[in-house]
Amino acid sequence: MTRARETLQKLARRKGAMLGLACVVLFVLLALLAPWIAPHDPLATSWGAIRKAPSAAHLFGTDEIGRDVFSRVIWGARASLLAGIVSVSLSLALGVPLGLAAGYIGGWTDALISRFTDAMLACPFLILAIALAAFLGPSLTNAMIAIGISATPIFIRLTRGQVLAVKTEDYIDAARAVGNPHLRIALRHVLPNVVSPLIVQATLAIAAAVIAEASLSFLGLGQQPPAPSWGSMLNTAKNYVDHAPWMAVWPGVSIFLLVLSFNLLGDGLRDALDPRHQ
Amino acid sequence: MGRYLARRVASILPTLFFVTVLIFGLQQLLPGDPAVILAGEDRDPNVVAYLRQKMHLDEPFLVRYAYWLGGVLQGDLGESLRIQKPVTELILEKLPVTIQLAVMAMLFALAIGVTAGIVSAVLKDSVWDYAANAFALWGLSTPNFWLGIMLILLFSVQLGWLPASGYVSPLEDLKGNLAAMVMPAFVLGNAIAAVLMRHTRSAMLLALSADYVRTARSKGLAGRIVILRHALPNALLPVITLGALEFGTLLSGAVLTEQVFTIPGFGKLIVDAVFNRDYAVVQGVVLFTATVYIALNLLADLAYFLVNPRMRV
Repeated sequence: MTRARETLQKLARRKGAMLGLACVVLFVLLALLAPWIAPHDPLATSWGAIRKAPSAAHLFGTDEIGRDVFSRVIWGARASLLAGIVSVSLSLALGVPLGLAAGYIGGWTDALISRFTDAMLACPFLILAIALAAFLGPSLTNAMIAIGISATPIFIRLTRGQVLAVKTEDYIDAARAVGNPHLRIALRHVLPNVVSPLIVQATLAIAAAVIAEASLSFLGLGQQPPAPSWGSMLNTAKNYVDHAPWMAVWPGVSIFLLVLSFNLLGDGLRDALDPRHQ
Repeated sequence: MGRYLARRVASILPTLFFVTVLIFGLQQLLPGDPAVILAGEDRDPNVVAYLRQKMHLDEPFLVRYAYWLGGVLQGDLGESLRIQKPVTELILEKLPVTIQLAVMAMLFALAIGVTAGIVSAVLKDSVWDYAANAFALWGLSTPNFWLGIMLILLFSVQLGWLPASGYVSPLEDLKGNLAAMVMPAFVLGNAIAAVLMRHTRSAMLLALSADYVRTARSKGLAGRIVILRHALPNALLPVITLGALEFGTLLSGAVLTEQVFTIPGFGKLIVDAVFNRDYAVVQGVVLFTATVYIALNLLADLAYFLVNPRMRV
């Protein structure tokens, strides 16, 4: 427990990381409290307020069918955060056990898992996600599955590398010598010692997943209209950039801020958890 | 040398094998009968029957895979059902456009990223260093399709300097081509510049603290010469090999950039194929990019091997 506290203290001293954390918390609150904060229904169209510039009634203006952009940006935080967290949880759930098995068991298991990981890493991340989303069919759920699977090989490789390093430590030999079964050694002695780099990677992967969800939605493969998502809002906004630029500005700023926050937090965590920085 | 080469080339074979399994396996994800899905809205029974037979859908998975792999090994990636053209032909047709975009983007990325990296390492902890780090963070956090839209807003809509779309072949109109490509290339290069900046910075910091740099300084060479002649060439080596690995980011980014600027390249090909349910094209594009990536990886390794004498022991 003292180690966790030490890490938190180190993290708290990093201004960038704290700024990132505050921003993430703000977005989470926006997403959770969307029904109460958003001034308008994000789906309500108004033919009398089509592509209206920002005003007191509509802070960020209105879109091509008179919906309030501010309300849609707030509700859009849900799709982005959900995609970031769910897809990275999926990558962790798939990647960590596979990496642990490859590193701990070794031999043919390792060879098989590692070659498959190489094959997945050879396909560019977004192109693989697009292909998966295309075959699964366009929806937010499928986009999250596609992003989660595409990000899995990074976690397999990271876990495997860490496990290989930890496996040679004396305390693992000791655990084996006193007769612990392999599964117990892998879960109780190896896994807890490889968690730090996984936390860092997961935070940075959320940033990448948020961009990936926005990209898939921008291409029409993620959140389907009329449900609000920053990526799909930008897809529509692209067609009205000459007459209603405000439609394009705010969803983009939101993606940028959320991704930047996770990147800052991830960088801060890396510095705080990496023993070389101590 | 020969043995290393042979071993390294042999090591890509299992990876390539798994890539083909993965990409062929994508087909299994299709909900329902692929022939019915591919036959389109009207589901003409004749078309369905034709597709079943053509795709060997009545055979088991392994047999179908063997048929498909046999074709792939002969350069046959299947046929686009919508455009009625071989996938290989479509890819080769669109490739030059994306290659031009990628090369221009890489030039932007190298010019900006390497310069910023050198400046921030040489002037460590100065305002310039902070600015370069902030730039890298900006590059890594900006969705490139949004940056594209914002640049269109500024340079096409407000200032009217550059066209928002309208790709022309450089063979027809070089000036028009460059005007249409400069914004997309910058947008695509932006994120890679950020990565290259970080790599260059850490490689330069390492090189600047090395003994040979201290020796060069202590024999009285000017700071500029020490940096450019002694530290930089050593620092750039890993940067260039890592640059080759950014190819994946480049292609992923090209999909979005081409969509924003309506450039008829490789990325537009895969997106159009996705919406036309032209699955053979999707598979073909993924297989092609993965193979090129593996080949580039191999070349980067070999280049590293050739220029680094310590690897030859």
